[in-house]
Amino acid sequence: MEATTVAKTGTEGKLWGGGDEKPLKASYGKLMMWFFITSDALTFSGFLAAYGFTRFKFIEEWPIADEVFNHFPFLHGVDAPMYYVALMTFILIFSSVTMVLAVDAGHQMNKNKVVTYMALTILGGIVFLGSQAWEWSNFISGEYGAVETRSGKIIQFADADGNRVAIDDFATASPKDRTQHLSKNGIWYNSESSYNPLSLEDVKKGFEANPDLRVRTMQLTDEGEKTVLNREESLVTLNDTGVGVIQGANLSQNEYGAPLFGGFFFFITGFHGFHVLSGVLILIIIFFNVLIGTYEKRGSYEMVEKVGLYWHFVDLVWVFVFTFFYLV
Amino acid sequence: MAHDTTHDGEHSGAKKRIWQVFIILSILTIVEVVFGIFKPDFLVHTDLVSLSLLNWIFIILTIIKAYYIVWAFMHMEHEAASLRRVVVWTGVFLICYLVAILLIEGSYIQEIYENGYITWDF
Repeated sequence: MEATTVAKTGTEGKLWGGGDEKPLKASYGKLMMWFFITSDALTFSGFLAAYGFTRFKFIEEWPIADEVFNHFPFLHGVDAPMYYVALMTFILIFSSVTMVLAVDAGHQMNKNKVVTYMALTILGGIVFLGSQAWEWSNFISGEYGAVETRSGKIIQFADADGNRVAIDDFATASPKDRTQHLSKNGIWYNSESSYNPLSLEDVKKGFEANPDLRVRTMQLTDEGEKTVLNREESLVTLNDTGVGVIQGANLSQNEYGAPLFGGFFFFITGFHGFHVLSGVLILIIIFFNVLIGTYEKRGSYEMVEKVGLYWHFVDLVWVFVFTFFYLV
Repeated sequence: MAHDTTHDGEHSGAKKRIWQVFIILSILTIVEVVFGIFKPDFLVHTDLVSLSLLNWIFIILTIIKAYYIVWAFMHMEHEAASLRRVVVWTGVFLICYLVAILLIEGSYIQEIYENGYITWDF
């Protein structure tokens, strides 16, 4: 051994000499999961910081979250800000609790309890995904509609008291030249329902016919509410600057305000939802492994612990998304 | 037998901790939601370091929630101190830096939009 050419550092057996001890006293798998979580946390921080950047850039005209996310299932037309996301948050926190209970049952090698708690966690994840889909569909279909101005701003409509009015309520679509596509003209069974969107002219006509209506700009007042113009200013703004009608939201424009608001909503909640989806898939795989007794035979439920780390991380990210998208 | 009892004791302690943390997280979330719905005027209109008190409350409560999730649910409290520092310090320092730079830049651009010679709302 003395004749070997490998230089010795004299620190063999010590931690920095690569001794027998596990680095950071954690198993390989858990350590790698922490590596992944740290880098993923930085990715999400990048997204949220970019959201903060854009919001600070448009601080005087950013949409008010309470006005955008105010739907609750089965309560149509009721203004219910926050309740729905609060419910989603609770669903995710509770699925985190069942996950940590599954990990705990794994420590005691109690297979049946691991199975029960993991099944509950998967259920929670699926319910959360469904809730997010509902939230998206509300966001995409919109409620009031708006008009885009030539400088890319949004104007919305309100009555004399400042309550929001939907453009469908005062404007009627006029007949247009577009011919409906019928199945007899299609190659296969293609057909479409009648499609007659509101045009800007329809909105202008409806607006002039209702002296009660006012234009609501994106500008926030000192009280943190949107500015409502008086009737004369409203008419001028709508007639001079309006360029098109927006209903709902897509990737390039939305009826709520700054176009980037929609972009960030789709991107950040979508990326988080994708994490939840992959979490549910991984949980299902591990769940079946538990069922067929893989970890019982292996003598350790560490795999459940590792997927648990990932699942809690997804919950952790949601806590921040909840704060920065819905509260602040 | 003696071994069994100590093990059981440890175990019920872990369970107790889980439910305790769940209750803490629930209470913090409920407080956030209540503040978010009622938005007390005093908190909205009092600024502290260019952020309203209400937003400070939200952010601090969020960080407390994050602490409980990482420490209790992700078992960070049982990991080696070195692992804790590797994960937490990396995240905290990089995130603080990134957020500070981007928010300062964001308000600078907002200022330009507002006070520049070109109007952005024409």
